[in-house]
Amino acid sequence: MRIGVITFPGTLDDVDAARAVRYAGAEPVALWHADHDLKGVDAIVVPGGFSYGDYLRAGAIASIAPIMTEVVAAAGRGTPVLGICNGFQILCEAGLLPGALVRNAGLHFVCRDQLLRVESTATAWTGGLRVGQELLVPLKSGEGRFVADAATVAQLEAENRVVFTYAGGNPNGALADIAGIASADGRVVGLMPHPEHAIDPLTGPSADGLGLFTSVLQAAVSAA
Amino acid sequence: MAKVVVDVMPKPEILDPQGQAVAGALTRLGVAGVADVRQGKHFVLEVDDSVDDETLEQVAATLLANPVIEDWVVTRA
Repeated sequence: MRIGVITFPGTLDDVDAARAVRYAGAEPVALWHADHDLKGVDAIVVPGGFSYGDYLRAGAIASIAPIMTEVVAAAGRGTPVLGICNGFQILCEAGLLPGALVRNAGLHFVCRDQLLRVESTATAWTGGLRVGQELLVPLKSGEGRFVADAATVAQLEAENRVVFTYAGGNPNGALADIAGIASADGRVVGLMPHPEHAIDPLTGPSADGLGLFTSVLQAAVSAA
Repeated sequence: MAKVVVDVMPKPEILDPQGQAVAGALTRLGVAGVADVRQGKHFVLEVDDSVDDETLEQVAATLLANPVIEDWVVTRA
């Protein structure tokens, strides 16, 4: 399986995302923001960082980059897409996921190891996890507070599209403790914390994050 | 209570990377004819009648704007 990892100007976590893909047993494929070429990948990771300096709004300018036209089209065909942190912001700005990420409550940039509770395994990226399982992964963001109107939150909850909630305290004031959500078809997932930084206890707080990347491989195998 | 608006903009000679990033995005969106974008800040203050113009000017000059790099306009709405 080939998984694309996009690099925008200002992306920071593309190398770790590619490493996580490799650890999971897939082949990482570098994708460039200015290209219209997805290189035939089977899934896509939109990694974290500060694309285009986060000017205007976090993720706003990246959401209209040439590669994102292709990502939106691929998502429409059911290609799994994972947005992490700035990638989550980009997917929301691109309209692939509902809601928005705004400044943290308290306005502090939060950098810590965060417990995440798995709320849904009905997605391409969490099929190998268990509902109620807790993952310890790094969180590092200043604009991580998920907001949406009440009807959207109710719909996300009713459709089992809240994928991750914060456990052990809400770090940023996100509505309903929401840390990650999925598209209606469960193929597109976005979350603020960084599973790609927690794939090996040597370099992260745990190896809990690897489960997202192995899940998408399992999803591909079972679909084939 | 009165409403006071303070608009803060980067000085014309100061490079505005935020505005330039937005201008570049507009070009890529296919919008032609936008020669330049400058991005600033818009503050809305609710003040009571005891706050005079001199105080407002001081608030703008010392906190809301950095006079080294920004211009500002105080308007009583």
